[in-house]
Amino acid sequence: MSESTSTPVRSGPRSTTVAGGAREGLPPFQRFLDAHRECVWRFLVSSVGPTEADDCFQETFIAALRAYPRLRKNSNLRAWVLTIAHRKALDAHRARKRRALPVEDVAAVDTRSAGSPHTPDEGLWSAVRELPERQRSAVTLRYMADLPHREIAQAIGCSEDAARRSLHEGLTKLRKAVSA
Amino acid sequence: MSTRAGDEQLDELERALGRRRQEHGPDEDAAAGAARRLSARVAAEGLADISFGPVDSPFGTMLAAATNKGLVRLAFPEEDVDGVLAGLSRRISPRIIEAPASFDPLRRELDEYFEGRRQAFKLPQDWQLIRAFQRRVLGVTYAIPYGAVSSYGEVAADAGSPRGSRAAGNALGSNPIPIVIPCHRVLRSGGVLGGYGGGPERKRYLLNLEGFF
Repeated sequence: MSESTSTPVRSGPRSTTVAGGAREGLPPFQRFLDAHRECVWRFLVSSVGPTEADDCFQETFIAALRAYPRLRKNSNLRAWVLTIAHRKALDAHRARKRRALPVEDVAAVDTRSAGSPHTPDEGLWSAVRELPERQRSAVTLRYMADLPHREIAQAIGCSEDAARRSLHEGLTKLRKAVSA
Repeated sequence: MSTRAGDEQLDELERALGRRRQEHGPDEDAAAGAARRLSARVAAEGLADISFGPVDSPFGTMLAAATNKGLVRLAFPEEDVDGVLAGLSRRISPRIIEAPASFDPLRRELDEYFEGRRQAFKLPQDWQLIRAFQRRVLGVTYAIPYGAVSSYGEVAADAGSPRGSRAAGNALGSNPIPIVIPCHRVLRSGGVLGGYGGGPERKRYLLNLEGFF
């Protein structure tokens, strides 16, 4: 009577006994993408600007997809993906420097192509993009991705104290820049 | 020890920096768009191990999942989508991406089947979730022609286990690709309908469609 009333996966006897494998806890990649796309986007758009954010976003998640099955099950997924995004942002900044465009021009292009209602703060974010690497990363991870110091340190690859210091130095420099 | 020691009060600069994060809208939409482009690219370049998407049926929207070998899972509407995906993640690979467009061939075949214009499914299948005895049982079941039926006992015997009709019932009940693998064509002895995923009325519907009743 009850032998075939069960729906395939939910109550199939084999699927419940097979559970508990090493990969338990690692969400399907699509769910991981859904959960973290916004903080990665916010980090990238403020770190490299709207023009290059999409390329960096695609590269970040393609790299994440490649490494995904090897991830340990209890990893902090947000800090992990922001570590990758942080590296992609550095690559983009370095490539831009190699192209040897005058910095002012790049900033101007970024501001125009933003075309969003953020224009009052856009000058501020342009100033953020002018900060030295580590300060820029610390400021964007803190204020755009809302990371605590510990995860900022993890994403940048430095100590928590160093992350706190970079954030502080970045803010000091920004205060000078905006009041100038 | 407080993480905010030294900067207890937010000044104007920090408020301005935090403002954009608190606004919802443009960044959210842009992030969603970037994620959609990513999913489409991953599917087009075959970078994921499993793709999934919705397909329509007279029973409601079903969830389809495929590996690069073919259709690996078809889930009835009442099955929990996250539960199904978590199972696939555990048993096959967590590299799972949403790719609705890749299921157009399946949608076409299902539409034709439900309109009575198709008797067999031609699209590639992946039976990797089906092992051992279940594979033998579903293999025998797959050979039952459109419009015909068999019984749990017969299927068990053909699968090499003459006294295994209950086990055959379990194997059929956890068929990961229902409809395509026609477990609805297996009845209890004496022509009694027997169970089916989501209820026997679905089994009756499919057998009606195939002209058995």
